[in-house]
Amino acid sequence: MNTHENLFPKLGKEALLTFCVSLVLVGPISGLVLEGFTFRNELVHAVLIAAVITAGRLVLSAVMVTPFGRRISGVLSRSGGGVTVRSGKERSSLPLLAVLFLAGLALPFVADKYFLGIAILALIYCLLGLGLNIVVGLAGLLDLGFVAFYAVGAYLLALGSQYLGLGFWSALIIAPFLAGLFGMVLAFPVLKMHGDYLAIVTLGFGEIIRLVLNNWLAFTGGPNGAPVPPPTLFGFEFTRTARQGGTPIHEALGIPYNADYKFWFIYLVLFLVVCAVIYAVQRLRVMPLGRMWEALREDEIACRSLGVNHVFTKLSAFMLGASTGGLAGVFFAVHQGFVNPTSFTFFESALILAIVVLGGLGSTVGVVLAALVLTILPELLRDFAEYRVFVFGVLMVVMMIWKPRGLVRVTRPAFFPSKSAEPTSSPVPSANAEVSR
Amino acid sequence: MTAPLLEVNNVTMRFGGIVANRNVNFCVEKGKITALIGPNGAGKTTMFNCITGFYRASEGNILLHGEDGTQDIGGLITRPITGGSHLATRAGIARTFQNIRLFREMSVVENLLVAQHRQTANNLLSGVFSTPTYRRAEREAVDRAYYWLERMHLAGDANRLAGELPYGRQRRLEIARAMCTSPKLICLDEPAAGLNPAETRELSEVLQILRADHDLTVLVIEHDMGLVMRISNHIVVLDHGEVISDGTPEHVANDPAVIAAYLGVSEEEVQ
Repeated sequence: MNTHENLFPKLGKEALLTFCVSLVLVGPISGLVLEGFTFRNELVHAVLIAAVITAGRLVLSAVMVTPFGRRISGVLSRSGGGVTVRSGKERSSLPLLAVLFLAGLALPFVADKYFLGIAILALIYCLLGLGLNIVVGLAGLLDLGFVAFYAVGAYLLALGSQYLGLGFWSALIIAPFLAGLFGMVLAFPVLKMHGDYLAIVTLGFGEIIRLVLNNWLAFTGGPNGAPVPPPTLFGFEFTRTARQGGTPIHEALGIPYNADYKFWFIYLVLFLVVCAVIYAVQRLRVMPLGRMWEALREDEIACRSLGVNHVFTKLSAFMLGASTGGLAGVFFAVHQGFVNPTSFTFFESALILAIVVLGGLGSTVGVVLAALVLTILPELLRDFAEYRVFVFGVLMVVMMIWKPRGLVRVTRPAFFPSKSAEPTSSPVPSANAEVSR
Repeated sequence: MTAPLLEVNNVTMRFGGIVANRNVNFCVEKGKITALIGPNGAGKTTMFNCITGFYRASEGNILLHGEDGTQDIGGLITRPITGGSHLATRAGIARTFQNIRLFREMSVVENLLVAQHRQTANNLLSGVFSTPTYRRAEREAVDRAYYWLERMHLAGDANRLAGELPYGRQRRLEIARAMCTSPKLICLDEPAAGLNPAETRELSEVLQILRADHDLTVLVIEHDMGLVMRISNHIVVLDHGEVISDGTPEHVANDPAVIAAYLGVSEEEVQ
């Protein structure tokens, strides 16, 4: 076989190239160790690392020429159209969803406080991802300032309790509306813009909100932030002793005090809200409104030719996305117990956008998975905390090469005519059957 | 002569210094097939864009005489805040495009369902909770979509992606989608472009059926003269943005000005 004869020189060349490139990359970083004003030479170290990288590369190349490796690379490169239409005969995923739901509900009873904290954070990012997915994934409007709505939700609870005496529950109900209102205020003047211009305007809006929060000392507390009251349930508090004039919940239920109850509560409410939002978003995809969003993403001119009011349709997408972001903000605030503007930087917007893009634009399952991965992964890799952003970058590049359409393939629902209409499908007597070939 | 459905009165369309249409006048009669022909760059598509509300004519007006009174297309699209080209469609003018504009990553049925957004229950809550009203509206919309798919011989492709259909079927799907908006007037921009002779014949049959069975008025831009002569009741010829001939196919075919415009010879040589 010809390929086998050429294999060894090819591998050798590849190994040499890999070794040189990795030496150039690794050499200055781990080969020279700073010591005060001078540095120590540890080039052996660097050469060893480069050798390991080369060995890895060789193993990978060797595996890739075997039939097994070819199959794997085939699977990886099969990004194809990325979209498939369901056949309508798929097995229902309801049992799996039920199991996941129950597992989610049971989580606080098995997880420790640290893990529960991560789970809450992951769910908050799920919520943010789902919200941004409506705007970017479904309606195709690139929004780089999504964190603004997150901030609106968080500050609503913080400042609302400070000035108006709002509690967790009232904030939870008001936040979607207020964030939606902000979304509308932002979107109305800018929706005539397309693509890049819209992205720039939203980026500016995100920064405006952050700067206002940072500089309006008298109202928002500026960089010092604002405290957030702990949550209550039917007036019962989760603190050891009642501070807000109610009774602590452990006294009401006659159980011993546990500081984790507050997190249990937040987690459970958040989990239910996330489930409700997932359900709503899934419904939206087969609803006229969701379809119009996607049609608008596909072709705005065609949409107008079909009588779709593109401005209002975009506006609704923006508002619903913003509402979801606002909800996430409330949970963030109540979980942290404190908000300040540093939580709402552009980096957050980029992270949420990364979640949506990694998950696959428009795919709900993908967004949820990506949100879980991107929040849990950094926690697992705490030792590499400094390289977190670097890992994100690598992940994004790799994804764009192998899975440009995201982790999860987008599927489209199938539609079938109703049984009553099937035999005689034409309301008008078909006198022109001869046309059919 | 029956009453006109659409009246184009003295329409002039300027883009900066370029005059795309100059003082165009014609009528589209109700229930007839009217063809708009002319050499490349004659201003046919610009005229179409004015009629379907994508452009606001610089001068003149375009009137649609519907059952619910007369509507000025230019007025609809310049209406403050809510105005826009979508109102022209809602008034009863549907269109297709010269270069096909389908929602390529959506299924064929979904393409047709988007077109029916006026009939479906768009309320957010009714959809999320799947109320009976919503389900009924949705069922009817799907049935209507299938009805049109069958008419266009596309029923077998219903649950495929629109973008993966062969070219000829994409053309038919675009017509089906336009029909789903229940228009009074359908404007087809070069529907036979890129079709083979068999498909063109099928298209002409489809157009005749639409006109006969669905009380539809058709306005079509087309370069395939065989098709135009076969199907149209009335032909308007544009050249350099102006109407040079207007009448029955026989009249237009024998009009020296039309022959001159198409063949580029002077009128004396034609005689």
